[in-house]
Amino acid sequence: MSSSCRRPEHKAPPEVFYNEEEAKKYSQNSRIIEIQTQMSERAVELLNLPEDKPCYLLDVGCGSGLSGDYLSEEGHYWVGLDISTAMLDVAMDREVEGDLVLGDMGQGVPFRSGTFDGCISISALQWLCNADKKSHIPPKRLYTFFSSLYSSLQRGARAVFQIYPEDSKQLELITSQAMKAGFTGGMVVDYPNSTKAKKFFLCLFAGESGVLPKGLGSETSSRNVPNQVQFTGQRSRFKNMKGKSVKKSKDWIMEKKERRRRQGKDVRADTKYTGRHRKPRF
Amino acid sequence: MKLLTHNMLTSHVKGVINGYPLLIKATEVKVNEVEFNPQFVSRMIPKLEWSALIQAAEGLGHLQDLPGTPIENYENDAEFLRKVHRVLLEVEVIEGSLQCPESGREFPISKGVPNMLLNEDES
Repeated sequence: MSSSCRRPEHKAPPEVFYNEEEAKKYSQNSRIIEIQTQMSERAVELLNLPEDKPCYLLDVGCGSGLSGDYLSEEGHYWVGLDISTAMLDVAMDREVEGDLVLGDMGQGVPFRSGTFDGCISISALQWLCNADKKSHIPPKRLYTFFSSLYSSLQRGARAVFQIYPEDSKQLELITSQAMKAGFTGGMVVDYPNSTKAKKFFLCLFAGESGVLPKGLGSETSSRNVPNQVQFTGQRSRFKNMKGKSVKKSKDWIMEKKERRRRQGKDVRADTKYTGRHRKPRF
Repeated sequence: MKLLTHNMLTSHVKGVINGYPLLIKATEVKVNEVEFNPQFVSRMIPKLEWSALIQAAEGLGHLQDLPGTPIENYENDAEFLRKVHRVLLEVEVIEGSLQCPESGREFPISKGVPNMLLNEDES
């Protein structure tokens, strides 16, 4: 079917792929749980909800309700929408606090206008880009989803989708349909310098042109290329100009730490002891 | 399914113009204790379609003597908010179905989860 077998959406439609066996992983595998919770934390942060106010949220592709657990922890109320009955059964067994609805997001979200204060979705949107049935037309399904979501959100609300885009074409397809439905906003990329920790968040605003938040660890992102040469009083050291620094030297350690920091890894702070010269021992 | 969710759900069958409110046909109803949050309830009241809520609550036999229109200054009336909280968040439909008022299409509810999936010709 496709070149890659690592992407679950290439294997089977979501309602088939997330069977009992797959669903069980989402309540037992601690790594999956940890990653899902981390991503929901970041998604809620990007939602920028008013503080100390309980909100009514929609979780698209809620699955076993891991992201919903985090929402409940924060004191919000939520409704989850998912297409897989096996996953919803796991959510029921875990006694999640939100209400669950079985539905296909490509058929539109069945809620009346102005219902929700926000919407989050963790790793669900990429499923819409596949045509699993003869009648499925991905751009049309995306448009139906976005336009019904737009109307079900309150003006000024945000929708945050964590996605694993396959390539730039797929990203363009998703964003163009979202813009067509009336949303503004764009992509936020966390840790763009790391292959593993890199995360894509599609941040959409309904009826409000907010400022797009910055991705984590992207201060040195090459996407913000300045259009003017920047002059600084600082002179680069002579040894740095010769290319790579000597292995195990202080500069080499500092460079390595900086690189790991950009990748979003845990790195000790630089101190006066970092890479210091030790006395020779015999 | 909580009545708060029911109050927000509409039928999205193709061609239906006014698919609201969905008619509840319940065969099993449960009352679950949920923590009371007066702030959330008073925030939700202006968003609710009150007549649909009254109709749904009456049909399930959990009306709790709610009036036909929300009372004034409900933010400060803890007793009223508690009643609304009970109807909105504690009464749950476990088994039954929801019927679209226009097309008559039925959406089954099983194990507390309404099935809003459409057939190919309906979407």
